[in-house]
Amino acid sequence: MRLVLVGTSHHHAPVELRERVAFDADTAREVAGRLGEAVVLSTCNRTEIYVATDDPDAAEAQAVAVLAAAEPALYRLRDRAAALHLFRVAAGLDSLVPGEGEILGQVRTAAESGTPGLLLDRLFRQALHAGRKVRAQTAIGESPASVSSAAAALAAQVFGELDGCRILMIGAGEVGEQAAKSLHARGAEILLTANSKTDRGELAAQLANADVVVSSTDAPGYVLDAGTVERNRRGRQLLLIDLAVPRDLDPAIHGLDDCFLYDIDDLQAIVSETLAGRRSEAERAETIVAAEAEKFHEWHASLDVVPAIASLRARAEQIREAELKKAEGVLGRLGESERSAVESLTAQIVNKLLHLPTVRMKQAAAAADGVLYAEAVRHLFGLGEDER
Amino acid sequence: MAELLFWPALLLYGEAALGYVGEARQPGIAGRAALWGVRLGWLAQTAMLAVQAAREDGFPWSTWAGSLNLFVWFVVTAYLFWGSRRPYRLLGLTVMPLAAALLVVSRAGGGTGVGTRSHYSNLFLVVHVGLVLAAFAGFTLTAGLSALYLWQERRLKQRAATILRRPAPSLATLDRLSLRLVAFSLPALTLGLAVGVGRLIDRGDAVDTLVVATVVTWFVWAAYLVARLRGVTGRRAAYLALAGFVLVIVVRLALPASHFA
Repeated sequence: MRLVLVGTSHHHAPVELRERVAFDADTAREVAGRLGEAVVLSTCNRTEIYVATDDPDAAEAQAVAVLAAAEPALYRLRDRAAALHLFRVAAGLDSLVPGEGEILGQVRTAAESGTPGLLLDRLFRQALHAGRKVRAQTAIGESPASVSSAAAALAAQVFGELDGCRILMIGAGEVGEQAAKSLHARGAEILLTANSKTDRGELAAQLANADVVVSSTDAPGYVLDAGTVERNRRGRQLLLIDLAVPRDLDPAIHGLDDCFLYDIDDLQAIVSETLAGRRSEAERAETIVAAEAEKFHEWHASLDVVPAIASLRARAEQIREAELKKAEGVLGRLGESERSAVESLTAQIVNKLLHLPTVRMKQAAAAADGVLYAEAVRHLFGLGEDER
Repeated sequence: MAELLFWPALLLYGEAALGYVGEARQPGIAGRAALWGVRLGWLAQTAMLAVQAAREDGFPWSTWAGSLNLFVWFVVTAYLFWGSRRPYRLLGLTVMPLAAALLVVSRAGGGTGVGTRSHYSNLFLVVHVGLVLAAFAGFTLTAGLSALYLWQERRLKQRAATILRRPAPSLATLDRLSLRLVAFSLPALTLGLAVGVGRLIDRGDAVDTLVVATVVTWFVWAAYLVARLRGVTGRRAAYLALAGFVLVIVVRLALPASHFA
């Protein structure tokens, strides 16, 4: 059984091309069903078709036909390379943001909605295991990868758990909204959404109740100055996130005790640093993924020799049973315990004789000589055509 | 034997102190090595104290050095079983260098040697010394948390780009934990002092400088607690805790050898 992968991703195709081969869940399920033992992984960054087949050329041609709209940007991988690719995808190593966690769920969903048999089921289960292992043993997914998530992580550095923290939103810029969403997802609540035209008195009054201020208006001057903040916050610790250009919040606010003001440049510097950290963690993750992919490869390769091993063992057992039957005249005179000892002895001899050849065949399979060894065993032991 | 166990304890605490410096710069292997240093060092020091207890028929830590040694053990024990949990592990950055330094001082001041036998009962010494040292260990950890608070606050003020790559406990958490520790430690000190003063009066002994200094320390930490309950938080509270800790160190290092004689 061979493994075939055909696909395209953000590394190879711009969004205009990727959107032509993006499948919703129903279409992905239908395509997988049409291709036999297959799984279709379709996310905003990639569309990939994994097929387990005995005829890799035909399967590849079928998959290419499905993704024909992205033909110039398609990649085609097989067996070991295809498995390693999926393991890297599941670990987030092939993602736009290294280590992003969403892909693991997408891989799981794809496997569940595909039509995997023995090979693809094992491949996807092991890929998910590799993805989880990378996240558990490295810090690749721990640090924020966007300005909005960095704002939320900063708030957690000041306030710890954000349950009960109150956000004062000023303006409705897209990044500001995302930052508020990130904060809200961690348990913070939005106290007030104001804009640059909101009465300054009302805005100032709300400072007394706010823990985090997120500002992203297009106002030409400062929406809040240091004096207003100092007069109205009533000694509370305050984190202020200024996402606007030109800036909404007076930089002098940062000089106040227990006030921490971060502007868009500060946040971008933090994100750059954390992304650099993710990239260095990615080196450790690659080692983990390679080891897991190697384990899968060994298992996959052993599939070539499993039928020969099974035939050999069946043949040996057949001979053992036949010889015991021949000796029935003598064995019949033995007591129950003696007879059981003879049965056990013959079984042990067969097992011990076959142990080393079995191990060696599996090792040879992992080294790509498996098929040759399997043929040699069939020839030497006269395992018939019907057993193939 | 106790002498032999002193050196591994000291070396492992020193290794832990260096490991935490490494952890603050680049989280990972240095932090794990530091934690193992704390664990193994603590085992060595515990074994050392056990050997001391086994070879004495009285309370073995009534000497200046012995009491300092026991104080270090209290501090490291509290850190190991409470402070070394993942979110607060960097507390070791402030606690372990101090533990190693005080162990060196205790060595210079007499090491594991035995002093003259105290005329106080063992039960009294265990309760009085145990409570006072446990309270001082709590104040020491509070000071460690406060130092960590000031470090974290400084990073936030500097807008360090690495702040999320090397996360530390949040300011709110450090502030809250400091208050809880003092709320536990101050009653322990109060009780330990009360037992000591009660025995002092009972025996008609004189008040020495150590008793006076300990009472002053009590007042400073009581002031800290009152201030916190009145809403003083953040940097001011952290500085107050560090001031209280200076007194703890003064009391520990200025302990007259004759105090328990």
